[in-house]
Amino acid sequence: MRSVVAVVLIALIAAAGLAGCGEKPNVTVYKQGKYQGKPDNVPWQSAPFNNNQVEWEKAIKARNNGQNEYLRAGS
Amino acid sequence: MARMKFLCDAERCIECNGCVTACKQEHEIPWGVNRRRVVTLNDGLPGEKSVSVACMHCSDAPCMAVCPVDCFYKTSEGVVLHDKDLCIGCGYCFYACPFGAPQFPQDGAFGLRGKMDKCTFCAGGPEADHSAAEFKKYGRNRLAEGKLPACAEMCSTKALLGGDGDVVADIFRTRVLTRGRGSEVWGWGTAYSKPETQRPPQPGAKS
Repeated sequence: MRSVVAVVLIALIAAAGLAGCGEKPNVTVYKQGKYQGKPDNVPWQSAPFNNNQVEWEKAIKARNNGQNEYLRAGS
Repeated sequence: MARMKFLCDAERCIECNGCVTACKQEHEIPWGVNRRRVVTLNDGLPGEKSVSVACMHCSDAPCMAVCPVDCFYKTSEGVVLHDKDLCIGCGYCFYACPFGAPQFPQDGAFGLRGKMDKCTFCAGGPEADHSAAEFKKYGRNRLAEGKLPACAEMCSTKALLGGDGDVVADIFRTRVLTRGRGSEVWGWGTAYSKPETQRPPQPGAKS
């Protein structure tokens, strides 16, 4: 009877000691989700560019360079 | 074409709020929503600096990662946009954003939050280009008209630059070399230093 109690006690202590080994990582790792909404089109698809990507890029480039006053002043 | 970026030159910003006004006027933004604002550091002290802040359209946008309904997407030009029909106004993106860009208009009684609103780089949203629905939800689509954001184009001192990242960086580099100081760009590293796609975490890494 005594030995049975001792075995049960040892088993309980071992179980309690091993319970700490089940630790899970606590830091959340965010994963990039997949877009669930409506699809959008490219900026050059509609008027005034009507699918002409080259013209659109030319217009954007001109506007981009318009921000450079060194270029505008010709210095 | 490279991806679209914003750059604010703190040496030039005179805190005129022209960018804020241009944005408000262009998209008819309601009262209480500020897609763009000017922040002044050390206000009133010698050497104070002002920077114009809005959504920076980050390379690895944290708002996209935390959105529980995945309403964010990135266009081929690197502009971070969202679908307002999906947004539930939870505010997670606001907590994740290092620039405080997401705005929540008051919707109904008891201070209920409406759907998130933010800078679109004047690129509209997922509605038909130049449609009434697009203007109502996201504002004007200047990019589809071959124009750059109104705030950058309106800036009187050209402190705020917006457009193709390579061109914008070139303009700024020329300025810094010419004046010989002020090479720090507020928010540039936070927004664009991370790669477009994150590497998978190492095995055993905490985050």
